[in-house]
Amino acid sequence: MRYMMLICDNGAWEPLSEEENRALYGRIASWWDEHRQAGRIVEGHQLQPPDTATTVRRAPDGNVTVTDGPFLEAKEVVGGYGIIDVADLDAAIALASGWPAPDTIEIRPVIE
Amino acid sequence: MAPASRRREVDARLAATVREERGRLVASLVRILGDWDVAEELVQEALVAALQTWPRDGLPERPGAWLLTVARRRALDRLRRDARYRDRLAQIGDELQLMDTRADETGGPMGSDDRLRLLFTCCHPALSLEAQVALTLRTVAGLETPAVARAFLVPEATVAQRIVRAKRKIRDAGIPYRVPEPAELPGRLAGVLSVLYLVFNEGYLASSGEAPERRELCTDAAWLASLLARLMPDEPEVLGLLALMRLHLARADARFAADGALVLLPGQDRGLWDHAEIARAVELLERSLRMDRPGPYQVQAAILACHATAASYAETDWGEVVALYDRLLQMTDSPIVALNRALALAERDGAQPALEALEPLEWRLAGYHLYHASRAMLLRRLGRLDEATDADRRALARTDNPAEQRLLAERLASR
Repeated sequence: MRYMMLICDNGAWEPLSEEENRALYGRIASWWDEHRQAGRIVEGHQLQPPDTATTVRRAPDGNVTVTDGPFLEAKEVVGGYGIIDVADLDAAIALASGWPAPDTIEIRPVIE
Repeated sequence: MAPASRRREVDARLAATVREERGRLVASLVRILGDWDVAEELVQEALVAALQTWPRDGLPERPGAWLLTVARRRALDRLRRDARYRDRLAQIGDELQLMDTRADETGGPMGSDDRLRLLFTCCHPALSLEAQVALTLRTVAGLETPAVARAFLVPEATVAQRIVRAKRKIRDAGIPYRVPEPAELPGRLAGVLSVLYLVFNEGYLASSGEAPERRELCTDAAWLASLLARLMPDEPEVLGLLALMRLHLARADARFAADGALVLLPGQDRGLWDHAEIARAVELLERSLRMDRPGPYQVQAAILACHATAASYAETDWGEVVALYDRLLQMTDSPIVALNRALALAERDGAQPALEALEPLEWRLAGYHLYHASRAMLLRRLGRLDEATDADRRALARTDNPAEQRLLAERLASR
């Protein structure tokens, strides 16, 4: 089954030194490569921070408004996503549990 | 045999058989068909057929095998008519036949693994706790939806919706139908045990005036725990939980007076306790303790065993009870456990140190009626009667349980 992993910053990050930060990103990169090569991660990306977001709303009458910023004002912001392909929800939970950073991950099945 | 007495015998046997075999059949059919609703409908049809046939022809020698045969025949009829199963018909047919082969190996109609699968799937942490409870009672214990609703004092439509949503999530989110791997098992088993304990407590807190379905939750939960103990006999916390439930149930008759009033532990007639059942539960507890993997259910059962085996309230080994609560606090850090520890401390060291032990709990337990009722009891012992009355009033304002309300109201009226 395919699932979307929404990786959210939950505010649990302690300020890291540059060196610690590099080490963490190194762990994330090798985790990602490992699962990508095994075929468990189909694709995914880290996203630019929410202040780079633009929201486009289309009303029922076809009118479009464009505004600055994310459409959800939330404490937890989506920082990246991955599409994963695993046997079942338990496998998806096991995969998400290994994510190296202190984040919150939402797992949603993809309609295929 | 006269028709009426035959009918009664069939009813009793059917009830026992339904409880034992229904979940077993549903569990295997869910695995084979991959469809919860179809599995439950087929088993329901087989049960209806039994109700029509058995009173007329007498009980079959192996009621479980009889139900299996009917369910399997109907399953095959249904699958042949349903296009969704066309591609898998041959494979499903083989697996349905296998259900029978295993009957000869195990003595029952089926291996027990499927019921474990069912239980772990119903209690999957990706489902809400309410959904886990409703699904477990409906599917594993075989309670009808209206009975679950009456037991939990919620509208029937709410329970039905919880079950429908849970089944949909199991299907759409890909919740697997299996027993967790050894590495995940401790956490997942703890989840199952907490669902069973929650069901038990709902029933235990019910007063004698409430719907029978509500009180029967205790026996439903104990039955589920005994099933789990048969399926996982090497898990000490499962045995601990079962011992805990049985130690409560063995003393249940003494908890209410003839007029329905709640009787607290110090005032209970210990002659009404089922001492043979207590001895068996203590034996079960000792078996779990010998496995040397302690856990909160074993410790709670050990505390109950202290009470259940004491000749009188005064002769309870309060030192041991306090020590066990200390142990439990290390495992759980629950303010309720700390409250109960303080009450045991009152018996060991007196009301003043117990009152002091309660004070730091107030910010966490201010909304909990038993915190105030406990304070009232200790204050009364210290002769601080006005404060005790205040505390009892607070307790009364914070409980919805009719038996507890009555006890507190009587206490307030009698001063």
